[in-house]
Amino acid sequence: MSQLIVKNLCLGYDNMTVSQDINFQVNKGDYLCIVGENGSGKSTLVKTLVGLTPPLSGQIIRGDGLAPSETGYLPQQTPVQKDFPASVGEIVLSGFLASSGFRPFYTAAQKKQAMANMERLGIADKKNDCYRDLSGGQQQRVLLARALCATRKMLLLDEPVSGLDPAATAEMYEIIQRLNKEDHTTIIMVSHDIESAVKYSSHILHMGSRLQFFGTKEDYVKTPLKASFRSQSEGLSKLVDEAELCTRASALSRNRRYYK
Amino acid sequence: MDFLEILAKIPEYLSYPFVRYAFIAGVLVALCSSLLGVTLVLKRYSFIGDGLSHVAFGAMAIAAIFSVSNELMIVMPVTIIAAILLLKGGQNAKIKGDAALAMLSVGSMAAGYLLLNMFSASANVSGDVCSTLFGSTSILTLTDRDVLVCVIMSILVICVFLLFYNKIFAITFDENFAVATGVSASLYNLLIAVITAIIIVLAMNLVGALLTSALMIFPALSAMRVFNTFRNVIICSAVVAVFSAALGILVSIMISSPVGATIVVVDLIVFGGFSLAGRLLRK
Repeated sequence: MSQLIVKNLCLGYDNMTVSQDINFQVNKGDYLCIVGENGSGKSTLVKTLVGLTPPLSGQIIRGDGLAPSETGYLPQQTPVQKDFPASVGEIVLSGFLASSGFRPFYTAAQKKQAMANMERLGIADKKNDCYRDLSGGQQQRVLLARALCATRKMLLLDEPVSGLDPAATAEMYEIIQRLNKEDHTTIIMVSHDIESAVKYSSHILHMGSRLQFFGTKEDYVKTPLKASFRSQSEGLSKLVDEAELCTRASALSRNRRYYK
Repeated sequence: MDFLEILAKIPEYLSYPFVRYAFIAGVLVALCSSLLGVTLVLKRYSFIGDGLSHVAFGAMAIAAIFSVSNELMIVMPVTIIAAILLLKGGQNAKIKGDAALAMLSVGSMAAGYLLLNMFSASANVSGDVCSTLFGSTSILTLTDRDVLVCVIMSILVICVFLLFYNKIFAITFDENFAVATGVSASLYNLLIAVITAIIIVLAMNLVGALLTSALMIFPALSAMRVFNTFRNVIICSAVVAVFSAALGILVSIMISSPVGATIVVVDLIVFGGFSLAGRLLRK
């Protein structure tokens, strides 16, 4: 049984259809990347999956013991958060809110778990720092640690690397891959970056107004979709040697830890 | 007057029951406002206090025309309903929050004043209006029952705030995440709306309709200049609010200035101090 089956889903706001006839399924341990042009409904799909936007029609079926509250969510940053006075520890702990029910305060076990998640993502030493003083990459790791407090089963990430510098981007992809490989956390990620999507994911969902694709990345590379998507960024990729950039980026991120 | 002389006079002032009542009510209302103010400021709802107090003014005008003996019976429900309508719409409302707020606020203000002018039985309409808007001396004429209502409501608000502290934090920081993980954000938004309305109606007695939002936003803004965690901001904001209210009431009694305006000016001065301190600390 799949964790998530999406059947004939139609997305939109106030009867304005953004995208329709979406069909795919996600099994435990899958790494699904959702790609597509701007406005193709990628973020709306994620919002619908986590229950923020009601679907216009179609079905979302959860299985394999996945409760609706067991989806960790990494939303795009809101303007409110940019100058929010909160410590890293406070934010990470708030991931336990749903599982606390009506209990007013967090338990010692939850605090320990939150600490473990912060250590996992390398932000334990920032526990008492203010969120607004962190770099973009660190902020994303805080929000990821919070999502891990909510669940270990499935993470939905809405453009987790947007606005990050190359080093932080590489680091973020590494962390997500580790969660997927080591903890078998199911990953569903919206991405603009088609190359990384193909590099890290196991499945691809390509959304577009006319053409759609869902399948393994091996099949995806053979389709003309990727080529058409790629040709737009061709000019850029010719200038940059991607493999070299990644090596340099991870070296940089390793060095950065010593600076601080 | 010498400073020591003034200090020596404080016990004498406090021996009057009306001064004690004003102190109890003023400090409690300021405390409650400041707790909620942090959330409202961070959610970008700073003007909600202002808008709702204008609604409360309109409701009070209606209560005055029908000579209802207990104004709260009309003012409280009307304000609560307005708060729910405003806060519930949230980010996804058809008319964006600020426009809806401006509309409701000036609309009820105008209607209230119009009704009072046309139908009021009182001989001194402009006096009534002025004291409703700026609070004037009503805080020094509180009855036993007013104080009791104020104390009960304040304790209720503080308890709710403490019990739901973690929920309020999560909803304020990231409503979408909370909803995605299965928290009923609309329930807690409703709770925040109702408490906000209650506090505003209580605060109207103290500083008047026009100045209630100052009690909510100034302590929160001051605290945010200096402190970096949500818990510390809340604690500092509460301390600032209590201090400013107490000092404001005391000063207003001594130099016989209007109570509400004095408290707000003290808040303003404290804010200036905190801004300066914050800037020095960041360097």
